[in-house]
Amino acid sequence: MAVAARKTKAPAQSKAAAKGATKSNPAKSGADKPLSNMPVFSKEEELHAYHEMLLIRRFEEKAGQMYGMGLIGGFCHLYIGQEAVVVGMQMAAKEGDKVITGYRDHGHMLACGMESRGVMAELTGRRGGLSKGKGGSMHMFSREKHFYGGHGIVGAQVSLGTGLAFANWYRNDNTVSLTYFGDGAANQGQVYESFNMAQLWKLPVVFIIENNRYAMGTAVSRASAQTDFSKRGLSFGIPGEQVDGMDVRAVRDAAERAIEHARTGKGPYILEMQTYRYRGHSMSDPAKYRSKDEVQRMREEHDPIEQVRGRLTRDFKLGEDELKAIDAKVREVVNDAAEFATHDPEPDVSELWTDITLEKARA
Amino acid sequence: MPIDILMPALSPTMEEGKLAKWLKKEGDAIKSGDIIAEIETDKATMEVEAVDEGILAKILIADGTENVAVNTPIAVIATDGEDVKAAANGAAAPKPAPAAEKPAEPEAKAETPVADAPAVSAPATVPAQAKSYDASSEFPAGAEIVHMTIRDALRDAMAEEMRRDGDVFVMGEEVAEYQGAYKVTQGLLQEFGPKRVIDTPITEHGFAGIGVGAALTGLKPIVEFMTFNFAMQAIDQIINSAAKTLYMSGGQMGCSIVFRGPNGAAARVAAQHSHDYTAWYSNVPGLKVVIPYSASDAKGLLKSAIRDPNPIIFLENEILYGRSFDVPKGDDFLIPIGKAKVVRPGTDVTIVSFGIGMTYALGAAEALAKEGIEAEVIDLRTIRPMDIETVIASVQKTNRCVAVEEGFPQSGVTAEIGMRIMEAAFDYLDAPVARVTGKDVPMPYAANLEKLALPNIGEVIAAVKAVCYR
Repeated sequence: MAVAARKTKAPAQSKAAAKGATKSNPAKSGADKPLSNMPVFSKEEELHAYHEMLLIRRFEEKAGQMYGMGLIGGFCHLYIGQEAVVVGMQMAAKEGDKVITGYRDHGHMLACGMESRGVMAELTGRRGGLSKGKGGSMHMFSREKHFYGGHGIVGAQVSLGTGLAFANWYRNDNTVSLTYFGDGAANQGQVYESFNMAQLWKLPVVFIIENNRYAMGTAVSRASAQTDFSKRGLSFGIPGEQVDGMDVRAVRDAAERAIEHARTGKGPYILEMQTYRYRGHSMSDPAKYRSKDEVQRMREEHDPIEQVRGRLTRDFKLGEDELKAIDAKVREVVNDAAEFATHDPEPDVSELWTDITLEKARA
Repeated sequence: MPIDILMPALSPTMEEGKLAKWLKKEGDAIKSGDIIAEIETDKATMEVEAVDEGILAKILIADGTENVAVNTPIAVIATDGEDVKAAANGAAAPKPAPAAEKPAEPEAKAETPVADAPAVSAPATVPAQAKSYDASSEFPAGAEIVHMTIRDALRDAMAEEMRRDGDVFVMGEEVAEYQGAYKVTQGLLQEFGPKRVIDTPITEHGFAGIGVGAALTGLKPIVEFMTFNFAMQAIDQIINSAAKTLYMSGGQMGCSIVFRGPNGAAARVAAQHSHDYTAWYSNVPGLKVVIPYSASDAKGLLKSAIRDPNPIIFLENEILYGRSFDVPKGDDFLIPIGKAKVVRPGTDVTIVSFGIGMTYALGAAEALAKEGIEAEVIDLRTIRPMDIETVIASVQKTNRCVAVEEGFPQSGVTAEIGMRIMEAAFDYLDAPVARVTGKDVPMPYAANLEKLALPNIGEVIAAVKAVCYR
C-alpha cells in the first residue's frame, strides 16, 4: 500500500465531526447494505465488544472508588473513555500475538484475558495480585496471555515492544507485537530509533498511538510539532492511519489492516487512535487544563460503550432486560474482584527478598 | 637530509604492529599521499600514506615483520637532490625513536621526530602482565591449554554458546560486517549469519530496548556496546526494564541478557570515552556485574553470563583485549559468577581489585615481595553479587587491606569493599582499609595529566606500606 498516511473514518478529534458518530447511523439493521463504508459488526461481535468495554469501564470505576477509600495507593491511571481502542485491537489479534503498553494498562490486561481478581489485587498490593503485590498498577505481566506489561517509563515500551516483534521475527512464529503508547510518548527519541529498526528489519509490529489529546496536562498542540501522529513514521516509510478510536468497529477494521500488514512480513504499521480519557491523568489530577464542557461533550456524543449499546438496541433490537443482564454479570465480576482484592492478605514479608534474580533458567 | 619513515600508531592503544606489506620498493619515487605500506594492528589492517616526497632509499623493516614497535624507523626517503645510496647507507639501525607523542589516529602519517621539541610525557602505560598470574588451578584436569588473547577468548565464548543454544544472538554496532569495532565478534557473522549477528544503527537506547524486549520472550541476546560510555544512552532500559522486571512481575518475567563491551579508560581518549561504570551498575539490585581480568576468566565468565537467566553487565577493557593468557580448551569450561579468586597467596596484606585494576595489584605485589612484603591478591571478578567472604577470610589472616580500582573514589567499589570489611572484620584489622582509585576528576586528554589521573603501581605500593606501617 502507499506509504502516505491515510486519514479515514476519524471524526472524533475534529470539531466539525464531533457530532458525527452518533448521528450518522452508519450501519443499517442487519448490515446487509451499509450507508457508508463504516465496517459493520455482527450481533455477536457487538455483544462481545460491549461486554469487554463494559468490564473495563466498571473495573476502572471501581478502582477509582477503591483508590478514594485508600485501598489502592501510589499512581493509578484509569482507562475510562479509551476502552474501544484495546477491545477493537484485540478483536483483530490472534492467539499468540504479544501486547505491551505503558502505565495506563488495566484495560489492556483485562482485554488480554487476565483475571480481574488478579489485576485488582495487584492494585491493592495483595499477595493474590498478578505480580504478588510487588508491581502495582503500572507493572503487571502474563506470559500465558502474552501480555508484557505494564511499563512506567514513558516511551520505554516502544523499544521493548519492537523487541517483542524482533523475537517473533527471530522465531519466525507468525505472531505480531501490538505496541501501545500515548501521544506523549510519541515524542520520545527511542520511539524513532525503534521505528527505524522496525522498518529496517521489517519487524512484525503494530504501533498503536493512543492519542487521548493530553500528555498528562499538556495538550497535543502544545507538545507536538506534528500533531498528525499517523505521519510520524513517514520518513521511515512506515504506513500509518488515523482512526476513530471511540468507535470499536473502526478500530477493529484498521487493526485488521495493520496486523495483516505486519504479519505478512511487510514490517511495522502505525495506528493513531483518536481517543479521549474522561478522568484525569492519574487520581490526583484535577484536569484543569481542559473544560468540563469538552469532557461532557465527549461522554455524551462519542462514548464508545454507548455507541455499541445504541446499535444493540436500535439495530439488533436487544431488549433492556438483556442489556441489564450483561451489566449485572459485569458488575458481579468487578465486585468479586474488589471483594477479593480487599480481603486478600498483603504479601508475606519474605517476598521482600524474592524475585530479585533467578537462580536457574526457567524450564 | 634523508627522512626516516617511522612505524605509526594507528589506534589509541597500539604499541606495536606487523608490517604486513610494502607497496613501494626501494628506488621508487614517492609522492605525498601515496600508499606505501600496509600495517596490521590487533584491530585492523591499515594503509600507510606517505607525507614526505622523494625516493624510497632503503626499507629497514621487511614485509611480514611482526611486533614492530611504534616509532621504529621502517624506511628512509632520500629527498630531492640527495644521493639515494648515501641516504640508504646512512640509515640508522631500526630501533625505536625517542619517545614522542603518538601520531593521532586513524590517518597514519609518518613523521620525523623533532629533536628539540619540548619534552612530552609518555602516555600512561598499564603495567605489563604479571608473571605470577596463574589461573590453572581452575582448569579442568587434563584439558589442552592454549595461549590466547582476551579478545579471542571472548569471541570463542560467544561462538561456543551460540553453537550450543539457538536462542543466543549478538547485536550491536559494527558487530557483523565490520567484524567488531574491537574485533571481538570476528568471524561470528560468517559462522552464524545475519539473523544471529546483527548490525544495529547507532541508537543505543533503541537497540538496548529491543534486546530487553526479545529477552522478556525468552531469547538470550548479547548486546554489545562499542563502549559502556555509549550505554549511558541506554541505561534506562538496562536498569528500569532489564533489572527490575523480574521483581515487578512477581517472578514471572525473567530477562536473560548480556550487555557487554569495553569499559573504563583506554588511552588518550579523554573524559567522555574513559568512564569506568563498575560502581554504577553494581548499585542496582536485579543486575549481576562481571568484570574479568584474564583470558580464561573472560571466557569462563562470559559463557556463564550467557547461560545465566538474569541481566548481566559484562565489563571488558580495551587495553586488556590484546593481552594473552593460558585458556583451557573445551566447551564446558565455565567460571561461576559471584566467586572471587585468590590469585596470589600472601600473609602480610590483602590487595583486592578487579579488571584492569589487577595489573596494578599484581605489579605491586611482585615489587613488594622483593622487599619482603607478601601480599595476598584477590580478583573479585564479579562485583555484584560480591564475594566478600573470600575477602574477609583473607583479611582475617593478613589483618590489612588495600582495595584498588580505576574508577572514581566516591561511592566506588573500593568504598563498598572498605565498608563491608568494617562491618564483618573490624576487629581483625590492624590498620584502616586503604584504597587506590582513579582521581576524582574527569579523565584529561594530555598524556601527563592522564597518567596522573589513573592509579599506578607506586600508589598501590605506598598504600600497602602505609597499612603495614613500613
